[in-house]
Amino acid sequence: MQDRMIARAKELLADGTVNRVMGWQKGEFTYDITPAVFHTAEELDRDFVCNDFAAANVSKYLVKESRKEGRILAFLKPCDSYSFAQLMKEHRVLRENVYIIGIPSWGKTDFEKIKARGLSGIKNIKDNGADYFVETVYGDEVTVPKYEVMLDRCKDCKSKKIVVYDELLEEPNGDVIENHRFDEVARLEAMTPDERFAFWRNELSRCIRCNACRNVCPACTCEKCVFDNRDSGVENKAAADSFEENMFHIIRAFHVAGRCTDCGECSRVCPQHIPLHLLNRKFIKDMNELYGDYQAGADPDTRPPMTDFRFDDCEPSVVYERGGAK
Amino acid sequence: MQRIGVFVCWCGSNIAGTVDVKQVAEMLKNEPGVVFSTDYQYMCSESGQNLIKDAIREHGLTGVVVCSCSPRMHENTFRKAAASVGLNPYMVEIANIREQCSWIHKDMGVGTAKAVILGRAAVAKVHLNAPLTAGESPVTKRALVIGGGIAGIQTALDIAEAGFPVDIVEKSPTIGGKMAQLDKTFPTLDCAACILTPKMVEAAQQENINIYAYSEVDEVKGFVGNFSVKIRRKARFIKEDLCTGCGLCTEKCPMKKVPNEFNLGMDNRSAVYIPFAQAVPKVATIDANYCIKKKTGKCGLCSTVCGVGAIDYDQKDEILEEKYGAIVVATGFNPISVEKFDEFAYAQSPDVVTSLEYERLMNAAGPTNGTLLRPSDRQHPHTIVFVQCVGSRCDAKNEKGKQYCSKVCCMYTAKHAMLTREKYPDTDVYVFYIDVRTPGKNFDEFYRRAVEDYGVHYIKGMVGKVVPENGKLKVQASDLLANEQLHIDADMVVLAAAVEPDKSARPLATMLTASMDTNDFFTEAHPKLRPVESPTAGVFLSGMCQGPKDIPDTVSQASACAAKVIGLLAKDKLTGNPCVAHSNELLCNGCSSCEKVCPYGAITYSDKEFRMPDRTTAVRRVAEVNPAVCQGCGACTVACPSGAMDLYGFSNQQIMAEVDAICK
Repeated sequence: MQDRMIARAKELLADGTVNRVMGWQKGEFTYDITPAVFHTAEELDRDFVCNDFAAANVSKYLVKESRKEGRILAFLKPCDSYSFAQLMKEHRVLRENVYIIGIPSWGKTDFEKIKARGLSGIKNIKDNGADYFVETVYGDEVTVPKYEVMLDRCKDCKSKKIVVYDELLEEPNGDVIENHRFDEVARLEAMTPDERFAFWRNELSRCIRCNACRNVCPACTCEKCVFDNRDSGVENKAAADSFEENMFHIIRAFHVAGRCTDCGECSRVCPQHIPLHLLNRKFIKDMNELYGDYQAGADPDTRPPMTDFRFDDCEPSVVYERGGAK
Repeated sequence: MQRIGVFVCWCGSNIAGTVDVKQVAEMLKNEPGVVFSTDYQYMCSESGQNLIKDAIREHGLTGVVVCSCSPRMHENTFRKAAASVGLNPYMVEIANIREQCSWIHKDMGVGTAKAVILGRAAVAKVHLNAPLTAGESPVTKRALVIGGGIAGIQTALDIAEAGFPVDIVEKSPTIGGKMAQLDKTFPTLDCAACILTPKMVEAAQQENINIYAYSEVDEVKGFVGNFSVKIRRKARFIKEDLCTGCGLCTEKCPMKKVPNEFNLGMDNRSAVYIPFAQAVPKVATIDANYCIKKKTGKCGLCSTVCGVGAIDYDQKDEILEEKYGAIVVATGFNPISVEKFDEFAYAQSPDVVTSLEYERLMNAAGPTNGTLLRPSDRQHPHTIVFVQCVGSRCDAKNEKGKQYCSKVCCMYTAKHAMLTREKYPDTDVYVFYIDVRTPGKNFDEFYRRAVEDYGVHYIKGMVGKVVPENGKLKVQASDLLANEQLHIDADMVVLAAAVEPDKSARPLATMLTASMDTNDFFTEAHPKLRPVESPTAGVFLSGMCQGPKDIPDTVSQASACAAKVIGLLAKDKLTGNPCVAHSNELLCNGCSSCEKVCPYGAITYSDKEFRMPDRTTAVRRVAEVNPAVCQGCGACTVACPSGAMDLYGFSNQQIMAEVDAICK
């Protein structure tokens, strides 16, 4: 797939359709891959990579990139395309300046899960189809089944469909799929308020306020984040007390409510392994239950429930009535 | 630093009874910036206001906190007082220690503590207040009346007489409303049509009145003085300007089996119809649900017989957009559905009828041409049982009925009983009641005539069960005064069904952002002192949509409502509200969240050039608020993810300061 992507990108560069390419760049190892912009065929040949570790959602980069001179080619995975469509809806990306090639994704790999098998000093990971063959500097050679180390978000994949594109790398387009992504939320809902509070205090206590979740989030594209704005009254770089670290994540979840496409980047990049996506999923689940099913980014036209008022909207009291476990 | 004065009102014993006002004044003295703090028996009185004015002058106050009743009551009073001595009126804040404190607490300690907290929050807010200046907006000198019943007609006539153009939007094909269906009217027994139809004609002829019958309100935008309304003129499939109302089409129409809603389905009409002889406008309407041509494409008889070529099967709904300065809601009422009251067997026997159906059965233009015949066998009934309060005055736990008194049933039942006895003296008439309520001019006299002169059997007690059996209706009831069970073999049972607001009222209220009570009656701005205005500026209430009313009450209210509308339309300019939203362009993402939630259409977007921090120039899409259109509801400020949108007078910082003061 990677070769076909490079070949097509070169064609589009050559015929002037685009003047640069948004993709992923090789790192020192198989697994340390970062999003990057490529300007020439040579750069593509040298550095462009798209493997199981190319998990980063590149849509957010297009907020800035689409405002630069000329058109950019972007390879979007299904979940990236949802983010892109949502950004289109919010007028944050200029669609006409992006040439989108939809690429399929069969699930990306969580390198942390490989490490968690007690492997350190990993120097190479070979893709053997269904398994990885992992080699370490200590001479260990281990075979790891791919599915076992897949990112949790990919195990709960909501859709293989690319919702916005100019062409698809592979026909036909995928489908929205049945998933169990709300099971974990339901488990939290079943807890008593005290248990739930304890759960979140425990999870969030690990937060080091590195801002990685916010910086990677494709819904967090504000010109100036409230947390960086002195006038907002919530500006602070590090949490001054344990309550503030809770507030940061809760405010962020509120800010992206109705706009979060559930791409799962927040949890993927969290160095402290806080399951931040569960906060967003709780909002999504609530909105589905209160206002009818809605998937942010599923299409560029529908109005998100939080910025839409209808005669049949549920009354606020319903929220109290349903509550959680009492 | 602000110099703040705190004024704690006793409101007689209203506040002072549950809140230690002296202690509140004393405690608030210690708040930062407070240089003066006092209490007084009636702060809204002349001398109370003078106290504030004097303090502003003497202590050079830059901000005022009045701890008193709801700002809806006296915020304006205190703002004016402050303005009269040169303080910007928007430097005055109210801490509501009456409705939100003394009235809901019983314990003095708890009440006082909360009053101090509310005062503290107001002080914290005043610190961040800035002087604001109100703008002005013009008034569109045209009124919209929604609903063409007697309420709407009367309001429209009065406004039109004063010289202002009025549009009436009526959803059915004719104006007239429920009153057109009534037979006689209490307490004078003049015929409803005789007094209503001249008014309908007058409305049609009044040059300032424009009637949009068979039309509905689709969308309302704007605000007091400047409403913009989309009116859907539903397709009648008849060209209104050509139709002469001759009625030939209705005679020739082969589809004659359509339940006639004007007679409550007790007879049939044709698919093309004029609801009744005196309809205004007198124009036929094709009922697309029954019209053979509309359903099968064949027929077209009406089009053949119409001498003026008024039939247009391809007519489409038409949307008009009009501007108004004031909107009157006169959406009226309906009797509740009595089918759910199984005990009265309404669904089982056609001889159990509602009072409105009885009204049609008595009416000369009704299905029986005014001869009282029972629906099942068209025989003259000899024993009639009237049941009052069907669905009215129900227990809160009774989900079938309403808790309120429908107000009109006692009187019309007395009327029905009296008229029945007068026309058919051989009829036995029983009225079962919980109480007979007849306040009103000449009302009790009227009821007593029914009992004393016409020999109607009034029995205190309720009917427990009605069972149709062998052509009779077996009525089981209790006589509470005689303490006995009664069994009556009746020929007819008439149910005085409760009234409820028309179903169109709720979506309309949402469009108008006008509030409603739990029964879907529109709420008035003040139950005693502003009974014909809705809390939403520029929206007025006329007739049953506000609460149960008889015709005399409705007409009085309709005229009162007109007076308020005329008062508004007579003004050339309205002083606006300076507490409007504004967007910080440097923070704006251009995401359109605010635009989507703005109920007034006050927000627009444009691409603007900006110098960016890195010294480049960027074109960004940013929001702009039109302050003349913004009503300061604040929906945009909470929708804005970056906090670019903020409200003058209620800034995010001010609200956070209040929250912080409360949570301290």
